[in-house]
Amino acid sequence: MQYFTNHKWVQFIALVAIFFVLVMAIDPTSGSNLWRLQENIFWHLPNILNDGLKYLINDFWVVNVYDIELDLTEKSTIIKEFTHSISGAVLFCINLIRELLLGGVKTVVTFTSWDFVSDNEWARIPALPWTAVASGAFLLGHYLGGRKLSMLAGTSIIYIAVFGQWTPAMQTLSFVLVAVPLSVFIGLVMGIFAYKSKVFESILTPLLNVAQSMPHFSYLIPVVVFFGIGDHAGAISTVIFATPPMIRLTILGLKKVSPEVLEAGLMSGCNPRQLMFKVLIPTARHDILIGVNQVIMQCLAMAVIASFIGAKGLGYNLLVSLNMLNIGAALELGVSIVLIAIVLDKLSLAWANKQTNYFANLPFHLHYKYSLAFIGILIATSVLAYSASVFFPDKPNYLYIISKAQGLTTQSFWDTIVDWIITNTYQSVQSFNFFMTASILMPIKAAYLSMPVAATLFLVAGIGYLVGGLRSAIVVTMFIGFIALTPWWDRALITAYMVTFSVVTSVIIGCSVGVLCSRNPRATKVILLVCDTFQTFPSFVYLIPVIMLFGVSDLSVLIAVIVYATIPATRYTVEGLRNVPQPLQEAASMSGLNQIQRLLHVELPLAFPHIMLGINQTVIFSLFMVIIGAFIGTDDLGQLIMQSLSKANGMGQGILLGLCVAFIGLAVDHLIHTWSNQRKKALGIA
Amino acid sequence: MSTPSQPVIKCESVYKIFGEHADKVLKKSDGKVDTASLLEAGCIIGVNNASFDVNKGEMLVIMGLSGSGKSTLLRCISRLIETTAGNIFIDGEDLLGMNEKQLIDIRRNKMGMVFQSFALLPHKTVLENIALPLQVKGISTKDSMARAMDMVNLVELTGYENTFPRQLSGGQQQRVGIARSLAVEPEIWFLDEPFSALDPLIRKEMQDEFMRLQNVLHKTILFVTHDFDEAIRLADRIAIMKDGVIEQIDTPANIILNPATEYIAKFTRGVRRERVLSCQSIMEKHDASIDLSDITVAKDAVIDTIAEHVLSEQKPVAVVDEQGEIVGVLNKASIIQIMFGKTHQHLANNIPANNTAENQA
Repeated sequence: MQYFTNHKWVQFIALVAIFFVLVMAIDPTSGSNLWRLQENIFWHLPNILNDGLKYLINDFWVVNVYDIELDLTEKSTIIKEFTHSISGAVLFCINLIRELLLGGVKTVVTFTSWDFVSDNEWARIPALPWTAVASGAFLLGHYLGGRKLSMLAGTSIIYIAVFGQWTPAMQTLSFVLVAVPLSVFIGLVMGIFAYKSKVFESILTPLLNVAQSMPHFSYLIPVVVFFGIGDHAGAISTVIFATPPMIRLTILGLKKVSPEVLEAGLMSGCNPRQLMFKVLIPTARHDILIGVNQVIMQCLAMAVIASFIGAKGLGYNLLVSLNMLNIGAALELGVSIVLIAIVLDKLSLAWANKQTNYFANLPFHLHYKYSLAFIGILIATSVLAYSASVFFPDKPNYLYIISKAQGLTTQSFWDTIVDWIITNTYQSVQSFNFFMTASILMPIKAAYLSMPVAATLFLVAGIGYLVGGLRSAIVVTMFIGFIALTPWWDRALITAYMVTFSVVTSVIIGCSVGVLCSRNPRATKVILLVCDTFQTFPSFVYLIPVIMLFGVSDLSVLIAVIVYATIPATRYTVEGLRNVPQPLQEAASMSGLNQIQRLLHVELPLAFPHIMLGINQTVIFSLFMVIIGAFIGTDDLGQLIMQSLSKANGMGQGILLGLCVAFIGLAVDHLIHTWSNQRKKALGIA
Repeated sequence: MSTPSQPVIKCESVYKIFGEHADKVLKKSDGKVDTASLLEAGCIIGVNNASFDVNKGEMLVIMGLSGSGKSTLLRCISRLIETTAGNIFIDGEDLLGMNEKQLIDIRRNKMGMVFQSFALLPHKTVLENIALPLQVKGISTKDSMARAMDMVNLVELTGYENTFPRQLSGGQQQRVGIARSLAVEPEIWFLDEPFSALDPLIRKEMQDEFMRLQNVLHKTILFVTHDFDEAIRLADRIAIMKDGVIEQIDTPANIILNPATEYIAKFTRGVRRERVLSCQSIMEKHDASIDLSDITVAKDAVIDTIAEHVLSEQKPVAVVDEQGEIVGVLNKASIIQIMFGKTHQHLANNIPANNTAENQA
């Protein structure tokens, strides 16, 4: 007995044994509550939620609104008016930027009327020639970060223009240029409030936890209900999706500022506002910048997904090409999205690191040389573009805009490659596919589906208890219990099976690569760079090459998930091993351990808590990607979420499904974090 | 040193107790606080009944080991943390009664502080760091940068003004910290272990630099350190703290010669007294009847530097002040006592009472 209570692994084995006994004992055909929970009040929850929201939108707090254009007073509700005005504001911003880049009349209409615009030919914002935008990018890059950045920004824009993706790319850019500042601003403000008020923080934290583990799709559904569809809805859902990491990193950064720096600020005579904006936020700059960076990445990832609810741009085109299995086009679009992501990322970093010269007493033309140069370029390129259209009135004006039809394209090249791959590897890929599906995936899936509710809850509670005591047991059981109460237990099991399979594979690959690369400083550098680059890719982009190589199947979803989820596993392994204290490594070497012994006995045990955090990330990443995989065709929770997106009354269901996914993630997250923190404390490296 | 009418800093029974219900605990204990009973109540004592004055232009060094409450006391006086009980007056004004605006005002104009870990803002250049206190005061960018440049020159960092803190060595970073704290020309200068994070050689160099600055600036200084040697090197007076209590507050010489408690004696035992004490602190009363040697020594001279001369003389040597007036005599016996004597007690008996009084003035 003593042995049993002292050794966790014995308890764990006992737990698993009981679990299997329960699985055997519970009869699937009995239809009892032990096998699957029967229909209960929770099954009506989606409808209750729907009715509640409908009431909120249509009948709650009715107000009279006077419509100027139709000249009559209408009944509306406060919520409708509120969301309406937000939509209007967001849409106006998007259109303003979009029309500055692409030309148009909507901004002018906002201030006047459609009649005015149709009467006056001149009343429109002319589009910028692409050459002006490209030179602008060169200049901006040079101003912020020197020659290298200038080349990166400029050539990216040229690539986009030359490949005939100007219109969708600028649409996406305008969307991102609204969503990013908005998310950063909201995130910063909320983060500051949370830093200042303990109460606000304790309210915010659980909300952030749920928000960060909700799949992308679930954000779309309520947004559609409240804000309709279109670019503004896409931008709003993107903002909601991208703000949580910003809030979190703001709080983290502010809390990390050393107390002495805070005191130095106080002793310098800062008032609270000066302390926040001159001392705390700039000192926490590093973390806040990571937040901004994350926001940019999330926004671009969302740019694709938001096109489900009507956001125009690269994402929409990508979706269409993927739907038509037009891999070449999809690839080019994907590259454009990645380029925009990288350029925005680098520009924002350089902007934050820019320093001012106080003693430069420059004459006017040098002081404003970049602005002046841009105005010059603007005039020059406009004149050039205009004269081109004067001299060659019937030819397409390449200096103004290169349309899709005239642009360069490598589509046929890629399509040929894909065709070649398909014709030449069809047999082997197919047999691999068949082998994997029939002898590995199907059995695992079947095994998962045979898990009775009661046994699973017992297992989960037991693991929770072993890891973190009674509190963890209750928390985790509540998360999983929620899913059991919904009608989607089987779907959740399928999601769980896909996540488990991809996490296990990702962790094996990621940790091995990480361990191997950490042996050599140069390899470490390279692998971190690779991780960095891959992380900038919006998640949707991963589907392109997989579909290209493996076609549409469960396996290709899993491969995309594995590729995507291997990144955090690799990165955290490398970081964990690299951060093992130098003295300990030296002590190990001087104790006569060889390389492998040192790795096994010193480095891995010490790095393990950090690696576990990587595995945690892997789980969350896989969960997200599995849900996105619904786009290719799966039969798990994600598929249901996709369906509820197009259903008239899908909102309640969509939100609850999103919560189910979030709760799986949160349960795993809770267990791993609890364990990792205990372990770190025990090792004294917390 | 003549005593000014009003001390710059005046502390009256200052208490700082950490933990919930600190007020109640303090009231119950009726001014007599001890660590053990506080721990029972879930509180930790930071400062226990500290009372002292600091006069204009004086440097008071608060010395103690870690956890002795020295930094806490400093933070009470700069009001970075709220005092539990007691009174603190800055130039006669009640610091603890000030509202936020007054507090910001006094910090902007009267106080400067240097921190152990430098506490420089990583995103600002040397110049911008130094200009921060000026800019938050609302001084124009042009003027504050010009003033900051003067400070850069003062701490001899010319040429580094556009570098970032991370590009500087520890000593250089602390010079920036010093320059920042002096930028608004404060009357009161707080230094919280400013040299503790530096290498021994750099520390010595920075101490010299600090003395040079103080000789020019004559600030009223509260200097916190855990290094006893540093304390006796720099201080006009030293306050030694243990468990939140000021065990002794006196001139370096008197602390070395008359340690008040066994705890303080532990520090003084290792000190080479002849290298610290001046002739003044061990001289005896001048008696006109005694025959004096031809040479004289200055009263501020450190014993170590004149010992050889005095010991090679037959007769006692006269000690003179700046005007050349004889203020006392130095016997060979007392020098030998200082250099080779063992107990403090024995020595203390030989010191004339009026000497102690004179040093305290």
